[in-house]
Amino acid sequence: MIGYILFGLVALVAIVSAVGMLLSTNAIHAALFLVINLICIALFYLGLNAPFLAMVQITVYAGAIMVLFLFVIMLLGAEQVTLKSQLKWQAPLAIVLAVVMIAATFLLFFNVQASGGLSPLAPISEDPRQTETFGSPYAVGEVLFGAYLLPFEMTGVLLLVAMIGAIILTRNEAGGMRDEQRAASNE
Amino acid sequence: MLDQANFLVPPIYYVALSGILFILGMVGVLLRRNAILIFMSVELMLNSANLAFVAFARSFLDVNGQVFVFFVMTVAAVEVAVGLALIVAIFRTRRSIDIDELHSMEG
Amino acid sequence: MQLPILESINLMAVLPVLIIAGWACVLLVFDLLIPRSRKHWTAWLALVGLLGAAVALFFQIGHFARLGSEAAFDGMVTVDGFSIFLQVVFVLTAIVGVLLALDYLPRHGIERGEYYVLLLFTTIGMMIMSMAADLIVVFVALELLSIPLYILSGFAGMRETSEEAALKYFLLGAFASSFLVYGIALTYGGTGTTRLTGIAQAVTSDALNLPLTTVGMGLLLVGLGFKVAAVPFHMWTPDVYQGAPTPVTAFMSVGAKAGGFAALIRVLVTAFPAIASEWGTLIAVIAGLTMLLGNIVAISQSNIKRMLAYSSIAHAGYILLAVAAAQRSENASFAIGAVVFYLLAYALTNLGAFTVAIAVERDDGTGTEIDDFAGLGKTRPWMALAMALFMLSLTGMPISGGLVGKVFVFQAALQAVPGDPLLLAVVIIGVLTSVVSAFYYLKVIMVMYMREGEGKAVLPLALKTVLAATAFGTLVLGIIPGPVFQMAQRAMLK
Repeated sequence: MIGYILFGLVALVAIVSAVGMLLSTNAIHAALFLVINLICIALFYLGLNAPFLAMVQITVYAGAIMVLFLFVIMLLGAEQVTLKSQLKWQAPLAIVLAVVMIAATFLLFFNVQASGGLSPLAPISEDPRQTETFGSPYAVGEVLFGAYLLPFEMTGVLLLVAMIGAIILTRNEAGGMRDEQRAASNE
Repeated sequence: MLDQANFLVPPIYYVALSGILFILGMVGVLLRRNAILIFMSVELMLNSANLAFVAFARSFLDVNGQVFVFFVMTVAAVEVAVGLALIVAIFRTRRSIDIDELHSMEG
Repeated sequence: MQLPILESINLMAVLPVLIIAGWACVLLVFDLLIPRSRKHWTAWLALVGLLGAAVALFFQIGHFARLGSEAAFDGMVTVDGFSIFLQVVFVLTAIVGVLLALDYLPRHGIERGEYYVLLLFTTIGMMIMSMAADLIVVFVALELLSIPLYILSGFAGMRETSEEAALKYFLLGAFASSFLVYGIALTYGGTGTTRLTGIAQAVTSDALNLPLTTVGMGLLLVGLGFKVAAVPFHMWTPDVYQGAPTPVTAFMSVGAKAGGFAALIRVLVTAFPAIASEWGTLIAVIAGLTMLLGNIVAISQSNIKRMLAYSSIAHAGYILLAVAAAQRSENASFAIGAVVFYLLAYALTNLGAFTVAIAVERDDGTGTEIDDFAGLGKTRPWMALAMALFMLSLTGMPISGGLVGKVFVFQAALQAVPGDPLLLAVVIIGVLTSVVSAFYYLKVIMVMYMREGEGKAVLPLALKTVLAATAFGTLVLGIIPGPVFQMAQRAMLK
C-alpha cells in the first residue's frame, strides 16, 4: 500500500512538472520544471530495481544535460518565450489529439490489466535472491560490454561526432580567417 | 527495514505513466515555437521511453531493458551537444530562436 | 563473467565498416597536419579509405554469394546479400559525395577537413543500418547516420538558409527518433526482446502482448517514415534539401533515404512477418499518398533543389510500394530485389542530377533556379545531354535505369495483388503520377534547350568524372538490367 501512495505522489509531481514545462513563459522555469521531472523519473528507477540507472539519471541528465540547457539559455539571454502560436488551429488540435491519445493510453492500460497484467513472459519474481543483483552496476556492465559491444562502440563514435559538430557549428569562421591573417602578418 | 514487497507497484502503472509523459512531450513539440522548449519537450519524450524500458525490464527481470536506457541517454547527450550548438549559432546571427521566424525559404 | 569470444564477434564480416571507421579517426588527426590551403589532400585521403572499403566489399561479394549470411557481434548484426548490396550503394554514394565536395567547398569558402570525416562517419551509420539485426542497433545506427548529417546541413554556417535547414532537420529528426525509441520500448514490452528474429518468434507465440506490440510497431513506422520522407512525415524535406550545401543534399537524398529503407525492410520483413497483411496495407496507403503529394507539389517548384526534394518524396512513394509488396512471403525476395534495384537506379540518377545542379550553382549559393539552366543546351551540350538523360530516368522513360526500376516495382506490386487488392489501386496511382511527373522533369529539359540564356556552368574534372560515371550507370541499368537485377534478387534477407 505504501508503494502505491508513494508512486501516486511522485507520479503527480512528474505530471504537474511536465505540464508546468509546457505552459511556462520563462525558459529558465521550463528547464527547472524539467529537472524536477527528471528527478521524479530517477525515483521511479529506484522503485523498479534500477539503482545504478537512477544515479546515472541524476548525474548525467538532471546534472550535466540540464546544466547545459540552463547555461545556453542564460548565455543567450533568451529567458522570455511566448506561448502564442502563429498557427491558430494548431493549439486546439494538439490538445484534442493529446486527450484522445491519453484516453487511448488508459484503454491500453486497462486492456493489459484485464488480460492478466503485463508480463506473460516472465512473471514478477518476489524471490529476493533474484532481485538483489538485478540492476546492479555489475549486472548492467556485464551485458553492456558483452552482448551490446557493437552499439557501445558506436556510441563512442557518436560522442566523437558530437564533439566535432559542436566545434564546427559554433567556431566563428571569421575568427579562423583572422588567425590566418595574423599568421601571415607574423611571417 | 521496510519490506520490499510493500513498495512494489506493478510495472504496468509505470508504463501507463510513461505513456502520459510521452504524449505531454509530444504536445509540447507541437505547441511551442521556441527551439529550446521544443528540444526540452523532445528530452521529456526520450525520458518517458526510458521509464517504459526500465518498467518492462523489471517486469521481465531482464537486465537488457536497463542497458537500452544507457544507449538512449548517450544519444540524448549527443543530441543536446549538437542541438544546443546549432541553437547558439542561429541565435548569434538572428537574435531569435523562434522557429516561426525561420522562413527564408519559400515554396 | 562471460566475455564475448572473438569468433562470436566475427570482425571479418564487418571489415568494410571497420576500415572506414578506423580511417575516419586517422583522417581526423591527419587533417590537423594538413595546411589550410591544401585541404583537398584530406578529400583524396578520404577517397583512399572508401576505396579500401570498396575492395573489402568486393571480396565479400563472392564470399557471401557462397555462404549466404553470417552473424557478427553476438548476433547484433547480420551480414547477408541484402546488406552487401546496400553497402556497395553507400560506399559509391560516399565516393561521389567526396568528389562533389572537392571543388564546391573551396569555391563557397567553407572548406574544412571535418567535412570528409563526418561524411565517413555517416556512411558507417548507413552501412551498419543495412545489417542491423537488433532494434537497439537500428536506433544507434540511425543516430550515427543522422547526427553527422545535421552538422553537414549546417556546414555553410554563414549562409542563413544552411543554419535554418540544419535546425529544422535536427528538431524534426530528434522528434522522430523519440518516436522510434518509444516504439522500440513498447515492442520490447510486448515481445520481451529487441532481437528482430526473437520478435518474429514472439509474434507467433502465445506470450505476445498484441496491443503493446501493435502500438510499438506503429511508432517505429512513424520514426522511420520521417527518415525516408514519407507523407505525412515529409514536411522537413524541401527546406532541408534547399538550405543544405548542395553536395550534402545530393549525398543525403540518396544515402539517408536508402538507410531508412534498409531499416524499414529489415524491421518489417524480419520481425513482423506474422502481421504482414496489416503493415502491408498501411504501407500501401502511405505509398499512394506519398506519390500523389510529391509529384503534384513538385510541379509548382521553380528552384531545382526544391523540385528534386519533392521528386525524392515521390520516389520514396514508389519504393514504399515495393516494400508493401514484400508482405507476401512468396514474392518477398522479388519485392526486396525491386527495392534495392530501384535504390541503386535512383542513387545514380539523382547523384547525376545534383552534379549538374552543383555545376550551375554560383559561388554565393544562388543559381539554383530552374531558369538558370537556360541556354545550357548550347554552351554545355554534353552536360545538358546527361541532365536530359537523368530527367528522363527520373520520369521513367525508356533506355534509363529509372524505367526498369519502376517496371520491377510495379511488377512486384502486381504479384502481391491477390493478397491485397488495395495494391492494384496504388499501382494505378503510381502509373498516373509517373505521367504527371513528366511535366516537371521535361520542363528542365525544355528550359535547357529551348530557352535563350547565359548557360554558365563550372565543370571541373571531378564533376566531369561523376557525371560520366552516373550517366553511364544509368544507361547500363536501363539497357542491360539483367545482371544487376539478378544480383539484387540474391540480395535476400537471410
